[in-house]
Amino acid sequence: MRLARELGLVFASLALAFGVGALVAQLSGLSPSAVYRELVRGAFGDQYRFFQTLTQATPIIFTSLSFLIAFRAGLFNIGAEGQLYMGAFFGAWAGFTFVLPPYLHTVVALLVGALVGAVWGFIPGWLRARRGTNEFVSTMMLSYVAIYFTSWLVSPRGPYHGTQWANQTVRILSSAELPRFVRGMQLHWGLAIAGLLSLLLWYFLFRTPRGYEMRAVGQNPRAAQYAGIDVPRTMILALTLAGALAGLGGAAEVLGTHRRFIEFFSPGYGWDGIAGGLIARAHPLAVIPAAILIGALRAGGMGMDRAGVAPADFASVLQGIVIFFVVAPELFRLFRRIRRERRVLVHSQP
Amino acid sequence: MPAEAVRMEGIVKRFPGVVANAGIDFSLSFGEVHGLLGENGAGKTVLMSILYGLYQPDSGQTYVRGEPVRIRSPSVAIRLGIGMVHQHFMLVPRLTVLENMAVGWEPRRGPFLDREGMRKRIEALVEEYGLSVDPEARVEELSVGEQQRVEILKALYRGAEILILDEPTAVLTEQEVEALFKTIRALRDQGKAVVFITHKLHEAMTICDRVTVLRKGKKVGTVPISEATPEKLAEMMVGREVVFRVQPKPVQKEGKELLRVEGLTVHDERGLPAVRNVSFSLFDHEILGIAGVEGNGQKELVEALTGLRPPKAGKVYVGGKEATGLSARELAQLGLVHIPEDRQATGLILPFSLAENVVLGRHREDGFALGPWVQLRRRIFRYAEEAVRTFSIVAPSVRVPVQNLSGGNQQRVVLARELGRKPKVVVAHQPTRGLDVAGMEFVWEKLLELREKGCGVLLVSMDLDEILMLADRVAVMYRGEIVGIWPREEADKHELGLAMLGGKVAAR
Ligand SMILES: Nc1ncnc2c1ncn2[C@@H]1O[C@H](COP(=O)(O)OP(=O)(O)OP(=O)(O)O)[C@@H](O)[C@H]1O
Ligand SMILES: [Mg+2]
Repeated sequence: MRLARELGLVFASLALAFGVGALVAQLSGLSPSAVYRELVRGAFGDQYRFFQTLTQATPIIFTSLSFLIAFRAGLFNIGAEGQLYMGAFFGAWAGFTFVLPPYLHTVVALLVGALVGAVWGFIPGWLRARRGTNEFVSTMMLSYVAIYFTSWLVSPRGPYHGTQWANQTVRILSSAELPRFVRGMQLHWGLAIAGLLSLLLWYFLFRTPRGYEMRAVGQNPRAAQYAGIDVPRTMILALTLAGALAGLGGAAEVLGTHRRFIEFFSPGYGWDGIAGGLIARAHPLAVIPAAILIGALRAGGMGMDRAGVAPADFASVLQGIVIFFVVAPELFRLFRRIRRERRVLVHSQP
Repeated sequence: MPAEAVRMEGIVKRFPGVVANAGIDFSLSFGEVHGLLGENGAGKTVLMSILYGLYQPDSGQTYVRGEPVRIRSPSVAIRLGIGMVHQHFMLVPRLTVLENMAVGWEPRRGPFLDREGMRKRIEALVEEYGLSVDPEARVEELSVGEQQRVEILKALYRGAEILILDEPTAVLTEQEVEALFKTIRALRDQGKAVVFITHKLHEAMTICDRVTVLRKGKKVGTVPISEATPEKLAEMMVGREVVFRVQPKPVQKEGKELLRVEGLTVHDERGLPAVRNVSFSLFDHEILGIAGVEGNGQKELVEALTGLRPPKAGKVYVGGKEATGLSARELAQLGLVHIPEDRQATGLILPFSLAENVVLGRHREDGFALGPWVQLRRRIFRYAEEAVRTFSIVAPSVRVPVQNLSGGNQQRVVLARELGRKPKVVVAHQPTRGLDVAGMEFVWEKLLELREKGCGVLLVSMDLDEILMLADRVAVMYRGEIVGIWPREEADKHELGLAMLGGKVAAR
């Protein structure tokens, strides 16, 4: 029942978005049918392209999960981008610094990435729980700190400037690589890890007492406190896990796709995670198709450009339209909920 | 025959798994106060929500002033002169009374809110119906009774001639009920039509001209009040006879002090003392009633005793152990449970299912979880189904969100959970708020049963009759202080009433 309605809503918004996209294309003097043909072909046309789409989707799954777990606890993690960068840099660092047997090295590097990401989530979590600092602002600020800090680390004046021609680290050791599924293609085991984490997160939220507490805090902190739940601790836990998920995503991206840390490597995966989490209606399993949709728009957009039917800029416009239409209803609902909750607090039913 | 205000014919409304209204006929005349009675979940709120345009009926026809109408939304209802004061109020706390009334209905003078014009009209209404409120006060500073008056004013201001009041007295003190009745009579004398939903039969007998009784979504009948007695109405509602009073049994007290409060001072949100230097003890086999007009510190006292608000000064002992400032969970471990007054804001998580709510706060107990990582969902469901049976909760399944349950059934979920904990000390704050007669009877019996088993019960209620019926001793709170404690035999209703209003008393 509810599921059918939610799905209906998502597909209706998608249809609307593509309709508006067609209109915009027409008005810009482009052929809508050619644009969409190349978009679909670019994203799903052959195995290579499809794998490219999945490669794009992989970090988005991580950042969507990151946004979602905080959201379920009633918090906004706007800083997944920075957590991703921290995880990516330190994952790479572990990859070229430690000397360990293959696989074990990969696992250790992933864990280091997750850990540093967790720290980057813990700080705003702690500030929120103990000092009341708005996490919306603090996660965003820390995000910029992370992006510029890691950029400095690999700049010519930084300690990890690895190559002369670009601001990036040296290559990770081959023992730390996250294996790829098929030779010559970037798609790597990070996707499997992301899928597994979606499942785990679902189990955590809906099948464990801790997850129950997290949802309780998100839905009604006062009732949660009444129920003996440690609300501040739960908030800290949620943002720490959020940071860990984004950090792990960053580390996987580096160990699987780039094999080194490159400054400003992310095209905005952290921001895509907000869209992904909202499109998925904060459901961990729905995050996978949501991330694939966003990944397809990215990959397909490049395809459109290559085919010459539309400039790359138009691809971004289209992405914007789709995300706007699919996310806007959810945002709208969210604000309505917040407003209603404020009202409920006035009073109390007899 | 006075003019017909509303006629509803064959109203059917289904929700997944429930038929809330199964073909209901209802009629309302101008110049009449029409009572709507029925057990929890009988369909009263749904029927009136349909009249107010909040729900669309699956079938049935509504006529207003004889004209067939389709009420697609509350704004259509308002245009038809229908106003509703909900079971939960819908005011914006930060705004003033005047601003709240202007929301979505702004009289303008040029680009500005016509404050002067509004104030004049409000003052006229206040005058006419005796609804005393200060238009410039902020809603968050008002008592519940005042907020309710704002809601009524808002409806009248928008030109309501047909006014629906959904359980308006559940949150009021006796004095406030009197004032509300005066207002309702004034409305009737002006020729307006009023629907009055209540669970208190004596109120229906006092204020209504006719009464319609619903049971399980069906209409049992409409009777003029001259032909009704409380017993007859109760029987129509429940389908059997109900007792209106319970009798505490004599018990053997051991004199064990289960709860001891010493010099407790508690501040409210604004940092002002709401509870001042309060001391009392609660013993085994005892119900200690705390009476008082709402807003005299009861809320803050209860919150401080139950771990929701840190006290400023003083000490609390539970079962002989110091428990000052402990968290709700630690207190629960000492055997103290809390039935909160505000089920929607505190006692429940509305989007969670019935089953999830029935273990709220107990979700880590051995029967429901193995450590923090495994939830025993089968057991939780089984426990919830048992609770539904023993507390007669009306719900299509234990998996529905509690926000879909009727008000009284939500209250039963809270009671089922808290009374299922095997407590030593129970802090019950307005435990029968919103319950139907059978539900009240059930709760009273439960509280007495706890007393017979040796528990101590702190019963905080605005219903003096309830306290006088159940409590062994009665304390009265006024302006944050306990002005006296009377053994029940010596408690006199009149004297208590005076004390509640701040009259000087010479009692112990
Ligand atoms: N939005 C909803 N979704 C699903 N079921 C609902 C919804 N609203 C009401 N119901 C169901 O309809 C039935 C009638 O509810 P209603 O609120 O009218 O009861 P009521 O007579 O007002 O009871 P109370 O005295 O407890 O307030 C109940 O079984 C309730 O669970
Ligand atoms: Mg109701």
